[in-house]
Amino acid sequence: MKSRTGRRRHTVLGVALTALMLFPVYWMLNVSLTPQRNMRKSPPDLFPLHPTFEGYRAVLNDQLPYLGTSLLIGLGTVALTLVLAAPAGYSLAKLRPPGAGPLSLALLVAQMIPGIVMAMGFYGFFLDLGLLNSWWGLIIADSTIAVPFGVMIFAAFMSGIPGELISAARIDGAGTWRIFRSVVLPVSRNAIVTVSLFGFLWAWSDFVFANTLDGGGDMRPITLGIYHYIGNNNQEWNAIMATAVVASVPATVLLVLAQRYVAAGVTAGAVKD
Amino acid sequence: MLTHHRRSQLTALAFLAPLAAYLAAFYAYPLYRNLDLSLRDYTVRSFVAGDAPFSGWDNFRTVLDDPSFAPAMRHTMVFTFASIAVQYAAGLALAVFFNRRFPLAPTLRALFLVPWLLPLIVSASTWSWMFNSESGVVNYALHMVGVDPVGWLTSPHWALTSVVIANIWIGIPFNLVILYSGLQNIPAELYEAAALDGANAWQQFRRITFPLLRPVSAITLLLGLVYTLKVFDLIWIMTKGGPGDSSSTLATWSYQLGFGTLLPKFGPGAAVGNILIVIALAFGLLHVRVQRRQES
Repeated sequence: MKSRTGRRRHTVLGVALTALMLFPVYWMLNVSLTPQRNMRKSPPDLFPLHPTFEGYRAVLNDQLPYLGTSLLIGLGTVALTLVLAAPAGYSLAKLRPPGAGPLSLALLVAQMIPGIVMAMGFYGFFLDLGLLNSWWGLIIADSTIAVPFGVMIFAAFMSGIPGELISAARIDGAGTWRIFRSVVLPVSRNAIVTVSLFGFLWAWSDFVFANTLDGGGDMRPITLGIYHYIGNNNQEWNAIMATAVVASVPATVLLVLAQRYVAAGVTAGAVKD
Repeated sequence: MLTHHRRSQLTALAFLAPLAAYLAAFYAYPLYRNLDLSLRDYTVRSFVAGDAPFSGWDNFRTVLDDPSFAPAMRHTMVFTFASIAVQYAAGLALAVFFNRRFPLAPTLRALFLVPWLLPLIVSASTWSWMFNSESGVVNYALHMVGVDPVGWLTSPHWALTSVVIANIWIGIPFNLVILYSGLQNIPAELYEAAALDGANAWQQFRRITFPLLRPVSAITLLLGLVYTLKVFDLIWIMTKGGPGDSSSTLATWSYQLGFGTLLPKFGPGAAVGNILIVIALAFGLLHVRVQRRQES
């Protein structure tokens, strides 16, 4: 049996490892609060003893429109992904469509295509359609990261819904669409949360598509806001790091509020259930 | 009248139709465009006009003969294999560690996810500043232990190492989560029996944990391989593949050719992208095969 001191020693080691792992995150926070004149001080201030909020003031002044655009693109991507992925997942899980095998393989393979290649293909395509530098074009491009993943999550989850639930509704005279809407979707809440969460996070974090397809638009996402901060040879690292802190808020909120869905999403693609 | 079977098949297809149309328009077509791009002699003008002449394998030949090809290929392999080897080893060690139930373990394990969830631009810019030659905290830490400052991102000798370090940091959580969930499926009785037989912790790991985790390990490594091959953001933001081409990979070189200069070379850029796809798919299909075999 494990002794109490042994377990306490484990906790101490665990805290130390976590602190080491999260040091860059701490450092980002620390630098975001460091006054500009101390930025290149040697030795650097390990703690924000004289915090300044000039970095965060710069975020308020410069980055709010970028944050708004990212929010819009994130929510749009989630909506598009759910609308496409949920019915398809239901079909694959319960309706036995012809061609289900090849389609599942295609979805798996789709997730392995490098984003940079997709971006290049989209560039010419969007140029023809006049979708370059538009936020809805970016929603379409960003959704390609989440849709295959979403279909697979929905299919895996919905195949676990008991058949009796569906046949009971059928006996009551409900058609397939009614069953999908009133029976299947309500019990698939967990899958909806997982897919939405990752769809939002991926769209929010996207840099490749944004930089390629929306580099000159009026509405650009926050990843480009940060990138331009760095690219303009800006030496105001407290402003850059403050923007980075603000851009990390969705990830942090999701981790705190929906941690089990995150773990479920990570493992879903990798380990059979 | 349609038979019952036909009708239910049509319903099933109707539920799939939006996805199928979407995949055709926004997956297949861009990929086709990319392939077309790599087989024609494009200039900026003919890119817009769409009348570039067909040039067969010329772009691929250009790319393969380019002095930048060999370094990009080598860096891609070093970046990928160094990253996944360390990520896997660290992830496995941490998974075994967290599998011993102790106070706070679930919370700490959740905190380990943070690097993986942060937007890449956030991680990349944070590491850039930490690796800054004059004012970075990494060189300060080295100074404390008496090591001379290193030009992490400015020296051709260190740029690739720097982006590998940052990438390892990002990838550890993924390995930890998957391997940890794999550990949950190993029956506790096995360890109890081994302990009764007097096996110590290391023997238990070698004789029970590692062999029984092999299927999950294979999946983790192959997925990691596919994901790491396509990393672009991190390297582009931290070094742009430089200095020179000392940290360029196939992904950054492809982007460099297509979008990184004032005079874009779309054809060769797309050719490099397609070479990258072939490599990724080769490992990807291997992954699918391994997973299928495990399920049967």
